[in-house]
Amino acid sequence: MTVLEQHGAYAPTPPPSWRPRTAPAPLLPDAEPHRVLGVERADGGPAPDGGLLLRLYESMVRGRRYNEQATALTKQGRLAVYPSSTGQEACQVAAALALREDDWLFPSYRDTLAAVARGLDPVQVLSLLRGDWHHGYDTRATRVAPLCTPLATQLPHAVGLARAAQLRGDEVAALALVGDGGTSEGDFHEALNFAAVWHAPVVVLVQNNGFAISVPLAKQTAAPSLAHKAVGYGMPGRLVDGNDAAAVHGVLTDALDRARRGDGPTLVEAVTYRLEAHTNADDATRYRTEAEIAAWRAHDPIALLEDELRQRELLDDAEAERVASAAERQAAELRERMNQDPEPDPMELFGHVFGERTPQLRAQAEQLRAELTAESAHAAPGDAHRGAHGGREAR
Amino acid sequence: MSTAVQPPHAAGAADPARKPVTLSQALNHALRDALAADPAVHVLGEDVGPLGGVFRVTDGLAEEFGEERCADTPLAEAGILGSAVGMAMYGLRPVVEMQFDAFAYPAFEQLVSHVSRMRNRTRGGLPMPITVRVPYGGGIGGVEHHSDSSEAYYMATPGIHVVTPATVPDAYGLLRAAIASDDPVVFLEPKRLYWSKAGWDPAAPEPVPGIGRAAVRRPGRSATLVTYGPSLPVCLEAAEAAREEGWDLEVVDLRSLVPFDEETVAASVRRTGRAVVVHESPGFAGPGGELAARISERCFHYLEAPVLRVAGFDIPYPPPMLERHHLPDVDRVLDAVARLQWESEWTPGTTEGER
Repeated sequence: MTVLEQHGAYAPTPPPSWRPRTAPAPLLPDAEPHRVLGVERADGGPAPDGGLLLRLYESMVRGRRYNEQATALTKQGRLAVYPSSTGQEACQVAAALALREDDWLFPSYRDTLAAVARGLDPVQVLSLLRGDWHHGYDTRATRVAPLCTPLATQLPHAVGLARAAQLRGDEVAALALVGDGGTSEGDFHEALNFAAVWHAPVVVLVQNNGFAISVPLAKQTAAPSLAHKAVGYGMPGRLVDGNDAAAVHGVLTDALDRARRGDGPTLVEAVTYRLEAHTNADDATRYRTEAEIAAWRAHDPIALLEDELRQRELLDDAEAERVASAAERQAAELRERMNQDPEPDPMELFGHVFGERTPQLRAQAEQLRAELTAESAHAAPGDAHRGAHGGREAR
Repeated sequence: MSTAVQPPHAAGAADPARKPVTLSQALNHALRDALAADPAVHVLGEDVGPLGGVFRVTDGLAEEFGEERCADTPLAEAGILGSAVGMAMYGLRPVVEMQFDAFAYPAFEQLVSHVSRMRNRTRGGLPMPITVRVPYGGGIGGVEHHSDSSEAYYMATPGIHVVTPATVPDAYGLLRAAIASDDPVVFLEPKRLYWSKAGWDPAAPEPVPGIGRAAVRRPGRSATLVTYGPSLPVCLEAAEAAREEGWDLEVVDLRSLVPFDEETVAASVRRTGRAVVVHESPGFAGPGGELAARISERCFHYLEAPVLRVAGFDIPYPPPMLERHHLPDVDRVLDAVARLQWESEWTPGTTEGER
């Protein structure tokens, strides 16, 4: 008989560190993605609120038109690049609408629609992708963090902000958006672990759109689902149909309420599909088939919601037409504003590096100023691009 | 042009009325006073709670301010610094501890991609008042990954200040300044000076120059040793030894690597006509290259010899039993001084100090 076989012989106090402190079963996600739209409510539960569904619908129709417009702007050279969220409108819009005013949103570069749906000015939101500056809106006033480019690195920020709100006793939750590829990054793991240990009021929404640029999920993970990863951290994982706006909104609302109540973080995996290529610069035909895309088009998030609205007689042709025209007007306004030439101020390059410029930066700013002065002296009259500096420069 | 000389305090001898305090204790006082002065200040890191940090720099802070203000985190440096970014966004003033120089590397992406750029990215909307404390450098017999001089990585990253104290008053004063700064500061603590002592009164800490200012630790006329952090005591000892050779060496302690105090360094080298830069960090593409270039640009017509560097070799940090061959020591500094072309008799640096 070995030591290991001596059952009951080893009973240390306190309990050994291998004993799980959290029962895993309640944390497990459903086997199938949670759905609301088009599902028979056998349990007799209430149908989702009609007003909410209409708000989601209008915002999603506008969102799809916004995505189309932004992609078109890349072809006209008005945006340097655009990562479209066409097909993911349910996630984008539901995320924005599930937030309360005091909550914070932490978007990635693909989540400009979520910021716009929250009410931010699309021209300001697109600043990064237009290239006139790295960022264009007031983060503290909007409670939307800068669009984050390095994958998953915004997740620890969301956790830290949520922790700070918790320490101050504020009823504030943070919602961070990440893609399926981002779940492989170390920062995803570290952020979820910190969130669970701190019991931080944060919700992480993984938009599993099937691909990290070209790499399918099967090459990204061997987990039963991305939502299952939550169990390893000791937080609940929820699996939801990411094209079902009512389901995503419901799950996120529950998770955010839970966070604000002080019951800790939640990981939500929304299963969706990126109908467009990674960006305008990508060629999706190299890694996926038309048949696959067609199958997902048949599960379109806007059509799914529209069917429900029409069945419940919450939407008729006139209302649909009104929503479509509003989306069209918004796109036209965006197009018009983006066709103005921005005039970034070269001297601003030195304006915000530090609170106060170092002597070295002062010298370099003077060098650039002298170059600009020389350049404008040689510029052709009427050339608006040259010598237009001195506007936004800070200290 | 004269610069006030701020000599480092010799072990407990400068003022017998003041008790000897170690550099590590002075850092502890700075953290305690910062936590007491501003409720937004939060300390977080690995083992910084009840243990008080592996170097005891956070000793007693969790007990005094609670484990929410001085928090042990999970063991993940990117998570620590990334969380600090979010805390700063919400108005806190985080002070994070990286346990050792080489253990700070996992946090490098957060530092480079976010901490250093957030103010610039947001046009001043989200400044990052974060202090990243990093024990750095060798000379303590540490096994691999416990002795790196990582300052060149930080210096090459625009948007962060890089500060390193070498004296007890600076340990306190510079750390308070770093925590008070609205810009991120990488605060490099020379490990082998943690136990160095000076007479110092925690109840009345003497004011020290702010971030961005160098200090002349020893006035001299023959040549300038430009150094910082762990190499300051080496240079001061070398300067004493050099007197036997007839050299009267000035020693400049940079204190702040970014911003770099070019004026103090250039004024010194213009007085002496010769300069040697001394640091532990590997020489190739190290801080000394930048310093030598700037001295040459600013002082070319005053220089009697090329600016020389005494640095660590361009090798991975050696094992403890071999580290003494790697670290710049007094002999290596004096060898460099001897190569400063003293044969040019007319130089201002040698008129009164010929061999």
